[in-house]
Amino acid sequence: MTAPKAKEKPVSFQDLILRLHAYWGAQGCAILQPYDLEVGAGTLHPATVLRALGPKDWRAAYVQPCRRPADARYGENPMRLGHYYQYQVILKPNPANLQDLYLNSLYEIGIDPLLHDIRFVEDDWENPTVGAWGLGWEVWCDGMEVSQYTYFQQVGGLDVFPVSGELTYGLERLAMYVFGVDNVFDLPFNDPTSPVPLTYRDVFHENEVQQSAFNFEQSDVEMLQGWFADCEKQSNALREANLPLPAYDFALKASHTFNLIDARGAISPTERQAYIARVRDLARGAAEQWAEQEAERALA
Amino acid sequence: MPELLLEIFSEEIPARMQVKAEADLQKALVEGLAAAGLAGSKVASMSGPRRLTVCIEGLPARSADTEEERKGPKLGAPEQAVAGFLRGAGFSDISEAEVRSDPRKGDFYVAVRKVSGRATADIVADLVPQIIARFHWPKSMRTGTGDLRWVRPIQRILCVFDGKTVVFTVGGIASSNLTEGHRVHGRGPFKVANLADYVGALGGEGHVMLTRADRRTKIETDARAVCKKAGLELVEDAGLLEEVTGLAEWPQVILGDMDAGFLELPAEVIQLSMRTHQKYFAVRDPKTGKLAPHFVVVANIEASDGGKAIAAGNRKVLSARLDDGRFFWDNDKKTGLKAMAERLGKIDFKQELGTIADKVERVAALARELAPKVGADPDLAVRAARLCKADLVSEMVDEFPELQGVMGRYYALEQLNTVIPAGAQRKAGTQEAKPDTGSRISSDELSGMTNWAEGLSEAEITQIANAIADHYKPQGPSDAVPSDPVAIAVALADKLDTLVGFWAIDEKPTGSKDPFALRRAALGVVRIVLENGVRLGLNSFLTRASLAANHHAFIVQSEVETKPVWDALKEATGWEGKVPWTGLVNYVEKMLDGGNPNSPNDQERLEKVASEIKDLLAFFADRLKQYLKDHGQRHDLIDAVFALGTSQSAAKGDRPSAGQAAPAQASAKQTAVSAGNDDLVLITKRVEALGAFLETEDGANLLAGYKRAANILKAEEKKDGAAFAGDVDEARLEAPAEKALFKAITAGAKAAKSALDKEDFAAAMSALASLRVPVDEFFDGEGSVMVNADDPKVRTNRLNLLNQMRVAIGAVADFGKIAG
Repeated sequence: MTAPKAKEKPVSFQDLILRLHAYWGAQGCAILQPYDLEVGAGTLHPATVLRALGPKDWRAAYVQPCRRPADARYGENPMRLGHYYQYQVILKPNPANLQDLYLNSLYEIGIDPLLHDIRFVEDDWENPTVGAWGLGWEVWCDGMEVSQYTYFQQVGGLDVFPVSGELTYGLERLAMYVFGVDNVFDLPFNDPTSPVPLTYRDVFHENEVQQSAFNFEQSDVEMLQGWFADCEKQSNALREANLPLPAYDFALKASHTFNLIDARGAISPTERQAYIARVRDLARGAAEQWAEQEAERALA
Repeated sequence: MPELLLEIFSEEIPARMQVKAEADLQKALVEGLAAAGLAGSKVASMSGPRRLTVCIEGLPARSADTEEERKGPKLGAPEQAVAGFLRGAGFSDISEAEVRSDPRKGDFYVAVRKVSGRATADIVADLVPQIIARFHWPKSMRTGTGDLRWVRPIQRILCVFDGKTVVFTVGGIASSNLTEGHRVHGRGPFKVANLADYVGALGGEGHVMLTRADRRTKIETDARAVCKKAGLELVEDAGLLEEVTGLAEWPQVILGDMDAGFLELPAEVIQLSMRTHQKYFAVRDPKTGKLAPHFVVVANIEASDGGKAIAAGNRKVLSARLDDGRFFWDNDKKTGLKAMAERLGKIDFKQELGTIADKVERVAALARELAPKVGADPDLAVRAARLCKADLVSEMVDEFPELQGVMGRYYALEQLNTVIPAGAQRKAGTQEAKPDTGSRISSDELSGMTNWAEGLSEAEITQIANAIADHYKPQGPSDAVPSDPVAIAVALADKLDTLVGFWAIDEKPTGSKDPFALRRAALGVVRIVLENGVRLGLNSFLTRASLAANHHAFIVQSEVETKPVWDALKEATGWEGKVPWTGLVNYVEKMLDGGNPNSPNDQERLEKVASEIKDLLAFFADRLKQYLKDHGQRHDLIDAVFALGTSQSAAKGDRPSAGQAAPAQASAKQTAVSAGNDDLVLITKRVEALGAFLETEDGANLLAGYKRAANILKAEEKKDGAAFAGDVDEARLEAPAEKALFKAITAGAKAAKSALDKEDFAAAMSALASLRVPVDEFFDGEGSVMVNADDPKVRTNRLNLLNQMRVAIGAVADFGKIAG
């Protein structure tokens, strides 16, 4: 067998995304759109965290914008953003050749395996908020982490079966690597030869500046604390009503509200633990209820 | 003879698990075959990121035929018994059984069944799936829809015996005679009939270096060579070498470079960043011995451009990492140690024991008390203690927890280079802009200093800086103990406070569980004290430290605000740094008693502390015993000296009052460091002197005499149900030998006491040695004395005499505990 070949590099950030869409679409994934709520990680999209539960097979891929208020840097840091994208793939059950499929996706976006050192370095993923963990790796390309690769073992505190394979690409980082760019804001967002060439800066810089000011200076902590309590109440009520999907939405809202409060440093370590525990209870509760329902629907 | 080759080929196995997995697989296979009666002549194993391999040469083609024997009834046994035996053995007639004779029991039947051997391939086909299914990994997973647990998904199982595939299926994977090579350079698959094929295919076209030793040697040799070629020197790192040996199948060493500007960062930061984040080796300039702006990375491919792209990519990642490091370093320097120390009130040390700021207050007060004992300036010790945990809130330590102490030292030394601007403010949006809500002690209580280094000389600042780095030491058995007095004071105070604290909230180590490393802390105290010869009564320091920790624990539990306590304390005592210890304890007590009706009364509190200290002293005794044992001291001698703890009056030379049990008995039950016997240096000296004494003829004979006297006393005490603790009536002494012994005891006890008072244990031992001749005479000489005289008064007097001898000797060590 000869060494695998890489394709030409994509021409822009969006071209890279489109290549991944085309590739994973061809692997039978439903190409979904981003979830319309603020989340801190692509995994939290119900298409991953909830679909990993229950007995039904599932394949999906999507781009998910992520908001991490505390990571915002007023657009001044070349690598850190308060808002960025993850490319998320889930295959349930994971096919036996998932590692090859993943490597091919890198070749698809122009990473030449004979030029670049691609490594799978132990990194066991966990997300206590949704009671999830799995085994897998960080994938390094010439020492840079470009993806997280996980075989889910538990979600919502429940063993999953079948096991899902989950791939998360840090899109900006990967793009910076592919385009040899040192500052994220210099990424070509669309084709640089197009009539209106746009960079990542043109699209997002002002947003980073203003959102940072909101996250660190202007957010109304008291109001947010009220929101948190309301989201919690609504989520619990929805679970009472056997509606885990909207209950999960309100768990996500509570989680993001907590992240905003946390970004203001307005929480002592003890309180912080308590908040995290409250979000975890909501998310796990919804996940468990969803899993039960899925199991029942599968039998019906 | 035929050969068995097994390879389990999987997705990437974590580097840290490979060595053990390789050994476990080999062991399981060898033992499993042995249980089936198969043994090979040579075993080899290999492991790497994607495979575990075992090869056993010289196995037989099948296991040997065996005979199974089953014992039956005696000849002439009842018919029923014989019928049962026949059924069980599957015989139709008793003639099929053999007859054996036993000289005692007579003749009996035996059923002998021949079991024919099995083909080795069949045995392997049964064994390997079991081994795989039962294999233990530190963490394992399921994949897809399978039930099999392995560390990561298995891709292939190669199993050939005698050139042929051993057929089995496990976890949905069918065994084969195929293996795969390097993912990029020679994937294969390759058909394999034996080890020679396997090594040939993978080592050649497959581009896989199979053994760890080969990969390790290649990486090490090449890394040294690329450095040398560039006029540089590799910074050797055995742990990292082992790790990268497990990360690449076809290791290729590449020398990369980095922006020399990063070298202004502390070397520890650069090395740790390279090592933990990127798994690079650091490189130094052999001329200066300092780090050079280079790194060595081990790749897994022979890149088509000779590694240029890989080096460039890694350089970029390292730059980003070190940019982060520089960002933390600059911010931390701007913040300064003092401002960091002021934020410790936001972090819990342990929820039940308050914040780190609370702990620091206790440590500072204790360090002040300890300072004179270790020859440190108390003010310096207090300042160092107040700063010793400050770097825990630094951004650098947040990123690299391993650098706690090390960074604090650097930030303290910054004081020598820069004047930190007062009220240095960080930009909005970073942590520092956060409102101070979590603190129970606000900054000005923690520190009355406008600048912590006020009025200190360069040497003193350096002392404080070193104390910050060294107070965590020793971190393990091979780590050095601090030797500078200020560092010793802070290190002891920190560890003692931790211990009394966890005892106060009843979180002691149990069995193998010691999550807070309390054994290490106590052993650290033992080592610091002994290796520096620190003279210290542990009991009093522990008691004071425990009172403070218990108070804090109580304050936390009763949710009393500590801030007003410290406020009032500061007002009452003046400058915070000079808070007297007793003042602190009294004041906190007063505040609590006055302010909280739930406060337990003083008596209860003191009893709680006393019982914790007793327990903790026993804990120290165990660590000390272990330490002395590790340093070659005899177990029984350590016990003999420890036993003195509860016989304090005897050790001081006072005579026990009538009716009090003899010291040997009183101390028999407990081994503990205790009041009066809580000076670890003294205990150790005693053990050493005792060991030396027992090596002498005098010592050995005296021990024999002591044992004899003790045995007689024990027997007679039992007979009479009373102790012979009375005074010796000199008038009743008849025989010359007993008169001489009495005289020798009186003089010897006096001499021993005076030597003990001067802590001259050798002299105390030689004072005892003077007893040897009279003791020998008393028991075995020509005029030897009969203890059990007919006259009961004479008998009691003689027993009292022996008891005095036991007391006199017991003042030096409990000879009853000594073997021999």
